[in-house]
Amino acid sequence: MMAALIFAVSVVTLLMFFVSYCRSLTAESSRYALSKEVRDVTGIQALASGQDFTRVMQLLQLCPERPEDRLGLRAVGYYFEILNFLQNTVARLTPFVRSWAEQETAGCANFAVVALDRRIAFSREILAQQGEL
Amino acid sequence: MPGPLALAIWYVGIALEIAFVVCSIARKSFFRYIFLNAYFLLALGSDAGRYFFLNKFGQASDEYRYAYFYTDALLTLALYVALISLYSRVFGELRFNKYVRFGAVLLLLGTAVFSYAVVVQSEQILATTFAYELSQNLYFVGLVLTYILWGAVLKLRETRTRLVQFILALGLYFSAYAACYALTNLSSRYSVVQYLSGAIGCLLPLAWTVTMWRYAEESRLEPARLLAVAR
Repeated sequence: MMAALIFAVSVVTLLMFFVSYCRSLTAESSRYALSKEVRDVTGIQALASGQDFTRVMQLLQLCPERPEDRLGLRAVGYYFEILNFLQNTVARLTPFVRSWAEQETAGCANFAVVALDRRIAFSREILAQQGEL
Repeated sequence: MPGPLALAIWYVGIALEIAFVVCSIARKSFFRYIFLNAYFLLALGSDAGRYFFLNKFGQASDEYRYAYFYTDALLTLALYVALISLYSRVFGELRFNKYVRFGAVLLLLGTAVFSYAVVVQSEQILATTFAYELSQNLYFVGLVLTYILWGAVLKLRETRTRLVQFILALGLYFSAYAACYALTNLSSRYSVVQYLSGAIGCLLPLAWTVTMWRYAEESRLEPARLLAVAR
């Protein structure tokens, strides 16, 4: 009984810390000014919406990976899945959860767009270095 | 010897512990986060000790069990000290440091006495059971303390990105470990639990290394963005 209680409490705090960790990752992308290239490629002018996430993730897979992005993208990917699940279940009944989940998925999409922007810049750098050689 | 998967997880954990120390030296933050580095250096030392006992006496031996549980208790203590060092950083400007240290020592002694009181009633070998009980209780105390610290971070509108992410990763680690301990008590017959604790062990050095590498000490966050629900 005690173990079950500790397990339940731990899972709840785990989820809470996971949500906050993902929010701390996505927080910095809200201030980021997107480059012209990424705006042209994605069609996103300023801020992305949750619906853009999957498309941007597909575009990300076309660019060479940056090692420092990997953990953040994976964590935000899981976070997006959880939010998607919420949107398809609880959020249908409660408007507050729906608007919160929409706001959060938009944050995830923004994070992915910023990662794409950095990957494009990284690819350009690699190409420039190869050109110099 | 443990199976290839358990060994692979162990080696990944060692690589990540080394990565954190190397990363903090490269980013000139070794002394700034000395207790976090001391924890990983101690973890590397205990990995070496466990490997020695494992090779010499085998996994089923009492020697290896003693080495495992005692190094685990020592590491939990070191992580507790690392958590208190994060408390000192958050409350440093409020001149609460003296009270934080005093409270931490008091809580640690309380946990040790409580663990001893639980163990002394059982008829099993006192020494290993005490180490196990102390670790388990300290993980739960650590989880509660991290939760309180996170509350303080939000209340004080802490903006230092590194500090915020270190605390959040520690919270993730403590909750995952406490859940794993509880799961072991609920269903120790499932072998997946044994791999889970190893994999969770890799989580903390991975998240801390990424934070150390990605963010400079001067990097700042908007505190309002950290709240799950906007005020």
